[in-house]
Amino acid sequence: MTEPVISLRGVTAELGSRPVLRGIDLTVARGEVVALLGANGSGKSTAVRTIIGQVPVSAGEIELFGTPRRRFRDWARVGYVPQRTTAAGGVPATVTEIVSSGRLSRARFGVLGKADRAAVRGALELVGMADRAKDSVNALSGGQHQRVLIARALAAEPQLLIMDEPMAGVDLASQEVLARTLREQVAAGATVLLVLHELGPLEPLIDRAVVLRDGCVLHDGPPPPALGQHALPGHDHVHPHGPTRSGLLS
Amino acid sequence: MDFLDYAFMQRALLAAVLVGITAPAIGIYLVQRRQALMGDGIGHVAMTGVGLGFLLSASPVWMATLTSVVGAILMELIRWYGRTRGDIALAMLFYGGMAGGVMFINLAPGGSNANLTSYLFGSLSTVSQSDVTAICLLAGFVVLVTLGLRRQLFAVSQDEEFARVTGLPVRALNLLTAVTAAVTVTVAMRVVGLLLVSALMVVPVAAAQQLSRSFAATFAVAVAIGVSVTLGGTITSYYQDVPPGATIVLLTIAAFLLLTALAAPLARRRARAAAAAGPAGDPVECAIPASREAGGKVGV
Repeated sequence: MTEPVISLRGVTAELGSRPVLRGIDLTVARGEVVALLGANGSGKSTAVRTIIGQVPVSAGEIELFGTPRRRFRDWARVGYVPQRTTAAGGVPATVTEIVSSGRLSRARFGVLGKADRAAVRGALELVGMADRAKDSVNALSGGQHQRVLIARALAAEPQLLIMDEPMAGVDLASQEVLARTLREQVAAGATVLLVLHELGPLEPLIDRAVVLRDGCVLHDGPPPPALGQHALPGHDHVHPHGPTRSGLLS
Repeated sequence: MDFLDYAFMQRALLAAVLVGITAPAIGIYLVQRRQALMGDGIGHVAMTGVGLGFLLSASPVWMATLTSVVGAILMELIRWYGRTRGDIALAMLFYGGMAGGVMFINLAPGGSNANLTSYLFGSLSTVSQSDVTAICLLAGFVVLVTLGLRRQLFAVSQDEEFARVTGLPVRALNLLTAVTAAVTVTVAMRVVGLLLVSALMVVPVAAAQQLSRSFAATFAVAVAIGVSVTLGGTITSYYQDVPPGATIVLLTIAAFLLLTALAAPLARRRARAAAAAGPAGDPVECAIPASREAGGKVGV
């Protein structure tokens, strides 16, 4: 039995003085694809941001690859795709420049050698953006931008992918590219933790779903079954053909 | 070229070139992280250093370096810890720094606000040999940081959250950026003055990005603009007897307006060239799903 890739035990966290996580447990085993679901404000993004150390933890323990997060240094094993809004800088940058920064975890002293540049090119090819390598990211559509951010995470050839809402605001063409890229990564043995608003096109890939509500784990097990993606928590669509609310949480 | 015969002009031109390089070099990271006005804040804090320099009969340049570095670190820590009332704390730092400068300089024997003026608006002709030595050393540090750590600083300034996951020492790099910006302010203090220094950090970068698509090109063009305007402004002030700091800043803004005017027709031409190369509209975006997936036509 190998150690879990991600392990959270009794993690609590506050933003300002508002408790956002109230003691959550979460384990992701090697090779597993886990979806973190929940309504807006349920704490799913905060949970992910405690794992990468962006949000301080007030109690509980986090381990990455069996090492307490505080002492974890092997960041080249982790690829992170933040919510897209965080990646807009005030100066133009090309697709290659953005993706290259994902390789820094493997490049000693920030010097990118031949192998590093090849990895950057390879990551761009994986998401089908190699032909846009020299374009400014400001000229890209939302879906293309998201593909660039995923290439940036893949540039370090990570074993663990953490993605925060990778499908939000992404056009259908890019969604298919993303789903295919993820499928290839999973087939190659990657472990994946995804924050999702709805399972959507990634549904067939997902081994397990963890549902959060008000900073607590509500459900941890197989993805919510055959009710369809609209049955997921936080979905308050009014469907003309069915009951007004059919979600897990309602 | 008779101005080159004078020692004071040689010193002034050397200082001007160094400012032209360093101010946009650190400014680009400040613009990238949307802290364009940080240089202005540091400039206010540096006034306390100038005042202290007069009061203690120490070098105003080195005292200003000291206080602006402390001020920049304080600003970074406020940004880090005091999220809720950060703007108020920064305002107190800015205006406390300015008031401190005025207070100390008036306490100094024989000091008055007149002494402060040359630091507020720059005074190239009074740059001394020891000032030049200090400026060279400080500029060397700025160039070393902004070029040597460009990939790390780019990553942290572009996306702090992601940079953390690449294992970069984000907090240390943020502090280094703040300290480097503070050092740059004191490098530029004698040339353009504390109140105008931020313009030279921000405007060349803004001008450069009218034309550029990449960070590297923006960096190079911004530094080229910086050097051109500081040299141009210094030489103009020699012949026309106008204040060099103000001349440099006005030239920088003129460069911005010129490049902005050039950018629009250039962008149109690029768009036309792209349209002529691919008459099918957006071939790049549509080709990918169509060739690899059986999804048929997909709107983008």
